Amino acid sequence: MKVIYTDSLVIGGGLAGLRVAIAAKQRGYDTIVLSLIPAKRSHSAAAQGGMQASLGASVKGVGDDEDVHFGDTVRGSDWGCDQDVARAFVNTAPKAIRQLAAWGVPWSRVQRGDRQVVINGEKVTITESDEAHGLINSRDFGGTKKWRTCYTSDGTGHTMLYAMDNKAIKLKIPVHERKEAVALIHEDGVCKGAIVRELITGQLIAYVAKATTIATGGYGRLYSVTTNAVISEGIGTAIALETGLAPLGNMEAVQFHPTAIVPVGILTTEGCRGDGGLLLDKDGYRFMPDYEPDKKELASRDVVSRRMIEHMRKGKGVPSRYGDHLWLDITLLGEKHIRKNLREVDEICQYFLGIDPVKEYIPVRPTQHYSMGGVKTNFKGESIGLKGLFSVGEAACWDMHGFNRLGGNSVAETVVAGMLVGEYVADYCADTPLKIDTKTIDSFLEQERVKISDLLNRERGENPFKLKKEMQKIMMDKVGIFRNHDDLTKAVEELKVLNKKAKNIALRNRISSSNPELVEAIRVPKMIKLAQCVAYGALLRKESRGAHSREDFPQRDDKNWLKRTLAYWKDENTDLPEIEYEPLDIMKMEMPPASRGYGDDQTIAHPDTEKREKEIEQILKDNPGIDRIQTQELINPVEVPERYQGKNERVGRGFK
Amino acid sequence: MNNEQNRTLIFEILRYNPLIKGDTPKMEKYQVTEAPGMTIFIALNEIREEQDPSIQFDFVCRAGICGSCGMIINGEPKLACRTLTANYPKGVITLLPLPGFELIGDLSVDTGKVMRQMSERVESWIHDQEAEDVDLTRLEERMEPEIADEIYELERCVECGLCLSACATKRMRDDFLGAVGFMRLARYAVDPRDKRTGEEFYEIIGDDDGVFGCMTLLGCEDYCPKDLPHQTQIAYLRRKMALGK
Repeated sequence: MKVIYTDSLVIGGGLAGLRVAIAAKQRGYDTIVLSLIPAKRSHSAAAQGGMQASLGASVKGVGDDEDVHFGDTVRGSDWGCDQDVARAFVNTAPKAIRQLAAWGVPWSRVQRGDRQVVINGEKVTITESDEAHGLINSRDFGGTKKWRTCYTSDGTGHTMLYAMDNKAIKLKIPVHERKEAVALIHEDGVCKGAIVRELITGQLIAYVAKATTIATGGYGRLYSVTTNAVISEGIGTAIALETGLAPLGNMEAVQFHPTAIVPVGILTTEGCRGDGGLLLDKDGYRFMPDYEPDKKELASRDVVSRRMIEHMRKGKGVPSRYGDHLWLDITLLGEKHIRKNLREVDEICQYFLGIDPVKEYIPVRPTQHYSMGGVKTNFKGESIGLKGLFSVGEAACWDMHGFNRLGGNSVAETVVAGMLVGEYVADYCADTPLKIDTKTIDSFLEQERVKISDLLNRERGENPFKLKKEMQKIMMDKVGIFRNHDDLTKAVEELKVLNKKAKNIALRNRISSSNPELVEAIRVPKMIKLAQCVAYGALLRKESRGAHSREDFPQRDDKNWLKRTLAYWKDENTDLPEIEYEPLDIMKMEMPPASRGYGDDQTIAHPDTEKREKEIEQILKDNPGIDRIQTQELINPVEVPERYQGKNERVGRGFK
Repeated sequence: MNNEQNRTLIFEILRYNPLIKGDTPKMEKYQVTEAPGMTIFIALNEIREEQDPSIQFDFVCRAGICGSCGMIINGEPKLACRTLTANYPKGVITLLPLPGFELIGDLSVDTGKVMRQMSERVESWIHDQEAEDVDLTRLEERMEPEIADEIYELERCVECGLCLSACATKRMRDDFLGAVGFMRLARYAVDPRDKRTGEEFYEIIGDDDGVFGCMTLLGCEDYCPKDLPHQTQIAYLRRKMALGK
């Protein structure tokens, strides 16, 4: 039996995983990163648009700070997020971006003087101040009050990932490539590492560690059309679920991005609309102001996606052989801007659509994009059901996004959560001796070995590729942007059948080494379980909140549903997860639930909302003359590792 | 437009699994019905799912961003995910793995190992003693906007390895750093945050395995999927090395 020991095992080599690895390594702990692929190819690289951090250097960001960012994030989440986590996040984001600046990210910078931008379809001249010259610039994104999204042209994720991986290389952190974690090792409610399959030789290896961190990204590939990379299959999330101990949080919270190209689902960044691009229908008519007169194209993603579907349902979509779509018009931004600041969009249009976005409209449609749900953790990033298991980034439900994530808050989460959780992982390594019975390791290894040999020996059975396609179609057709009881019930029943079939997969290519069909056969049963968590959670949640939109329950219902879904899969022989709920405590909220400001407010209020509002009023009355930072510390004190405490400086404003 | 007769494409693909004893490299033929907007990514997945589940290839982002899917397509190194089958009017498409890398199987090669070695060799990170002690609560160090843009221009490399496959010098001399390494070094050379001196850069590339070994055939420039200015940068580095030393 091959066993590798380390202090901190990180599964996933994207931004979040690498950042955790760096933190533990810098604190002196042995660290190994496992990755399906070379780390620099991780899906983090595809984040084109930017990272939110309230630096407020650009003139359109002046007045921004942690509090404004916090408000946007909580409203964006439709009050579904954990406000302690969101607060720790917004307070740390400026530090994270400044650290990345020191580590080599070539953030686009403010140029003093006049520049022309497009706002609300009009060319406008804005003037940047002398004192902001050379500081990190920011652009407009959906659902934000200020221009807060910092960027590197349109290769933000790429430059962040390269700086992060280069830092890891500098620190001599080994990345074990082409390795897939297929199960977690655990004993007495404590995680001790993972069973890992070497994807080239097929060998099973036990990686035994004090702390194990899942950072494998989202589960977008549960859907047939997604912007996600082909590796975003949620396998890390699934192996946590399969322990039966670690719950997944809010799996039904799935975001659809308004502007992926048709038909292949490749993303065109929100920066297109942030920089002034418009959405048009089949008549070339700009329809968003009719639905959302205030934020228009820059309403939150869930809102824009729903409005687009509504508009197409009225017969205003552009018919095509791939179904209806709408147009994204960025021609008004001009050639210079598109070729430089939206170059990846330009390339994607030229290569995949054969069109020139300087002259032509881009065919777009809302497409699966982001997984708000994932391994439920506390604010330290540790699973609430399995000690020693941490999770970070899109794989986790930390939970700063609630039911809808703001554009620019995902790469921001990866590096901020990585910074904070990395410290807690290091603390855990410091406090925890590694004790494990080798019989435990052996039994977990044996379990996986048997599963694989069953797959290789079965003469007849299900085709894993076919099962996956069926699952993806169910999710797309019945668990999409608009949901209802009948479709969701059908989805749950159909997924139950698939879950049974998935126990009887047989292969045509029966070799144990490098074998894409075997990889699929190992993953598909896990993916079907995740899909069922999404579908079943969606069926049970009888309200609409953020990206979870029920046609039969259109109201946000704080009275009954201000709670987080927790999904457990305790019994291998069942076809459904066990669902529990964790209430969100309004009496601890810095920002009690209110209207998001889109459409008519139909929220069913919770009685605590008014109580908490009064309480906050009283606290403010009792403490006259305190500043915003003292106020926050009184109303919502949060714990942040010591090295990342401290007020953030802003140009023209100092530390206020 | 659905009445159009879709073409039948012929794919000729190199098949070889070095882990199977006695396996020998051979070309195998597959037929695929072309669909509108079909890319090599779509076609290969269809072949795997419907015809031969053993075929190995690598894709990640399938959007031309991650650099995973370099292969030789009808004789030219390209990113397979963004290569449309419509670009091949004869309907015959030959696929070979990228040369110059360890073969994992069929069209899959190990670029990760080579790229990590390259990064270690050129020390692909900011060299600044003080970078770790930056006070993160304070304003970041300023940078001229055009310098930031210039760094980004050179950092757009996706480590796909096409430049190394297209490089005759690399074919002859295994230790030759190649365009991907030069570009990385050029990126740090223009970055004011990197405090390395000309002399220190010279140590890394001032020999025949470095920038003076280049025969200037410029396959790198021809096939770089990100249109990076390899020719200009190689010339710039040479001049800098020659003058600086």
